[in-house]
This record gives sequence, C-alpha cells and structure tokens, in this order.
Amino acid sequence: MSVLLIAEHNNKEVRPFTYNAITAASQINEDLHVLVLGHKADDVAKSLSEVPNVKKVIHVDNEIYENYIAENYTSAIIKHAENYTHIVSSANTFGKNLMPRIAALLDTSQVSDIIKVISEDTFLRPIYAGNAFATVKSNDKKKCVTIRPTSFDPADKSGGSAEIVKSDPAEASSLTKFLKKEEVKSDRPELGTARIVISGGRGMQNGENFKLISDIADKLNAAIGASRAAVDAGYITNDHQVGQTGKVVVPDLYIAVGISGAIQHLAGMKESKIIVAINKDGEAPIFSVADYGLEADLFEALPQFLSELNKLNTIQK
Amino acid sequence: MKILVAVKRVIDYNVQIRVKEDGSGVVTDNVKMSTNPPDDNAIEEAVKIKEAGKAKEIVAITIGEEKAQETVRKALAVGADRGIHVKVDNVIEPLAVSKILKKIVEKENPDLVFMGKQAIDDDCNQTGQMLAALLNWPQATFASKIEVKNNALEVTREIDEGLETIQVNVPAIVTCDLRLNEPRYASLPNIMKAKKKPIEQISASDLGVDINPRIEQIKVEEPPKRKAGIKVASVEELVQKLKNEAKVI
Repeated sequence: MSVLLIAEHNNKEVRPFTYNAITAASQINEDLHVLVLGHKADDVAKSLSEVPNVKKVIHVDNEIYENYIAENYTSAIIKHAENYTHIVSSANTFGKNLMPRIAALLDTSQVSDIIKVISEDTFLRPIYAGNAFATVKSNDKKKCVTIRPTSFDPADKSGGSAEIVKSDPAEASSLTKFLKKEEVKSDRPELGTARIVISGGRGMQNGENFKLISDIADKLNAAIGASRAAVDAGYITNDHQVGQTGKVVVPDLYIAVGISGAIQHLAGMKESKIIVAINKDGEAPIFSVADYGLEADLFEALPQFLSELNKLNTIQK
Repeated sequence: MKILVAVKRVIDYNVQIRVKEDGSGVVTDNVKMSTNPPDDNAIEEAVKIKEAGKAKEIVAITIGEEKAQETVRKALAVGADRGIHVKVDNVIEPLAVSKILKKIVEKENPDLVFMGKQAIDDDCNQTGQMLAALLNWPQATFASKIEVKNNALEVTREIDEGLETIQVNVPAIVTCDLRLNEPRYASLPNIMKAKKKPIEQISASDLGVDINPRIEQIKVEEPPKRKAGIKVASVEELVQKLKNEAKVI
C-alpha cells in the first residue's frame, strides 16, 4: 500500500496547502510519494524531498506542465497511478479541479474534502457546508481522496532526504489552452487562507462604510469577508462572500461585524478558532457561536477597535 | 449550438438541516427543497448565450426521484426549451451521475454541458470534472465569466490565487461559480408556459450504467457544538481578551 500525493506549486515554490495535505496523506499510509509536474521546478522537487514525511519524489519536467492544466496533469497521474492504492491532493481549487478527472478515469468514487483520517479506507468529511459530518468508507480498490487543508497541520519542511526520481511526461491535451492568470493584486492575504478574517454584513449599511473594516484589516493583516446579505445589497463584490454558497473559512480569528448570523453564513465560518461578534442586536444568532460578543453600534465600536489596536505595542501578523 | 444544463434538487440553502437520530443521514421529509444555487447560474448563463443568438436550444436535465422534476420545470420557466428527467430512487454518487450524463450526452449531442460547480448537499464538487473525463472533453471549472468564441470558449475561472483564463475547445464542460451572473426570477406567464414544455422521463435502469454505491456511509452526525462564549462590555476589554486570553492578535 502506498500513497501518491499531487503537489501544488508555481514552479518555484511549493504552495503552502501541499504541506497540510502531506500530513493527512502520511496518516493514510507512511509510504508517501509526491508527484511534481512542472517546468523548471527543480527547487519544488528539492523542497519536497526535504520533508521528512515524504519517502520519494517523482519529478516530471516538461513545458506542458508550466501552467496547471487539469487535462495534462491527469494523463501524467494516470500513468503513475498503477503503483498506488491512494491518489491524494488538497481540496482547494487545485485539487477540486483535478481529482475527479483522475477518479473517473480510474472508475473510482472519490472521497472529497476529508477532515479526518479514520483508517486507510474510512474518512470523516463535512456535508451540508459543515452542518453535518459523515463517516464514509470507500470500497473502491484504488482510492482518490482530497484533503481539507485547514483541518491538518502543515508537515515539517526540513530534515528529510527522499530520493528524487525523474520521469517522462505523458501526452498533452490540445483541447485546453492556458491564457492568463491574474493574481489578486492585494496586499491582504487570501480569504481562504488568512489567519484573521474580518467580515461585514448588512449592518454596514453601504459600501463606503466597509472602509471601517478595511482599516482594521490593514492593521491586523486580515482578509475581508462579507455575508451574503452584504453582497446581495451590493456593498461588496461576491468574491468576499463567506458562507455555504461562498467560501468556507477557518481562520484563527474571525470577526463578524453587523452580521446577524444566518445559517448560510454560519456554515462558512463556524469552525474558526476564535469568533468575535460585534452587533447592536443582542439577540442576533451570531452571538450563539461567538467566543467574544460585543453588543454595540458598529459605527462607534470599529473606530474604537482601531484605536485600541493602535495602542498595542505588538500585533501578531 | 446546443447546451445541456444539469440541475440538482437539494435542501434549500436557507434551511437549517437536521441530522436523523439514527445517524443514517439528514432529514429531508417536509423540508423546503430548491435548485442547487450554482445550478441556477448555469441555467442563467445558457439562457444569456441563447439570447445573444449563440445557442439554438437549451435542454435541462435532472437526475433524481419524482419530485426532482420541479428543478427542471423551474429551468424551463427561465428559458430552457425542454427537459429530461432521469429517474433514480436512491441517492447516487457523482461517479454514477456522470455515467448517466455521459449516456444522455451521447444521445443528445450537445456542444456544451453546464452545471453548478458543487451541490450544497453532499459538497462533493466532482460531477462536471468526471463527466469531462469520461467524454474526454476539456473542462472549465468554477467559471466566473464565459465568452463564446469560434468553436471555443474563453472561460475565466475562480481560483485560490485570483482568476485564471483558459480556452477550451467545444464540445466542453463548464461548471459555474456564483459570480458568473445574477440568476433571474421566472415571470408568472413564463411559469405558465413552462408547464406546457415537454419533460422526457427516462429510467436510470434503462441506460445500462452501473450506479451502485462504492462508498458506504457509515454514519452522519452533528458536528461538535460550539459553546457560546462571553459578552464583553467594551471594545477595550475585547482587545485585551484577544491579546491576552485568546492570544490571536
């Protein structure tokens, strides 16, 4: 039994969630190999070979892997799949896009987005946006599994010295062409991976008032989120939406401002480690999940919050 | 062009789901059901492409029990031309769904297949990619913008780092993100008209595909309850607690 993990990277660096997926993958089985498909990605292969949990790195270097195209990745992975009992990746947009394509060709029913490894074939995964947890057992011979990265700690990055084996590319698809990537031009962290998220709801009253939130976000190096109500009201674009139909976030600190706490919003943030709610309605459902609740008018509380933060000597970033 | 749009009937996103006491699943009896939200975006996009004169026919398909037809009826009310309902009695896995859809695609020969990126019940996010693999078609997942070009689509995809644009040759599968468009509401006259549009019923067992489950659901349980914390009296107290007690800032 051995596990093949598909690395996510940008040809220079390993994308951070790969390390979280490594932790989960090595809980499935210790014989963990990592596949690096890239172009001039030697540094990526080398970094991964230094991860103590990794037993072998398979490195395929070809220009067809310069950009991540699921079709090209799939044919290469299928070529190697024979030797493995499990094919795994992180359950972010990288792995979500890729893994089902592999699973279908292997005639395997994929187990998506696991949050716990119970045994080599049994996993815990959230359904209904985390409103229920399902324990599922895969009866397929070969298993395809994606891993919710925020549910596992990142693996140690140094101390190992796995061998790096070069391998040949597979056929490229002529049906899909990469055109461009526009990375979010923001100094703020990504909503999905930020350590701190501060979100505004309908209580913000308009888009301009989100400045009160962004000032605090700048101070805390936080990502900015929003409830569906704020998005529907047009205060902010829906790439900021946290909730069942938006992004599910699991930061160390989640600050909900002027958000009542509809089910659909709670589903996207209630696994956060510490939740703060600021709302003038003391009966708002958001208080039932908040570690710290402040019943106050947000238009007074947010400027005060900023000035209190300014008084601190140090702020963890 | 002909566009096939797959829609799924799920528990409405505003409903607080309840886990069955015996751990066998969640309660669906007497619960409000709706179309899976991003499937509404998929229908809307197909209708917009047709309105722009770039598609001739939109076929809406659903797979599920008798009542799943409601989702097809809704799609017909916002602009799909006809419907297909593949009847299955039990919940089936995305792999089985994609095998059924493959059979329908082979019969209908659409140029494009649209669907939501993920269903909000099982949260699998698999069907579109699986169907693309089985058909050996290109896939454009998590689409937030679609431009129809000559025999190809330019699709902007929502990815963790931002946005990515790819070109896929037609025929192709596109899975739709919520940012793609603003789904319209059906007008009353259109709801009435939709009642006259045809829905073809097909039994899954007639399609000759293996839809048996490969994954055993051992149990479904409530997630650990989060206990409510404390109320703080002032912003100053809040910041002190975050700094010194929770140690998160």
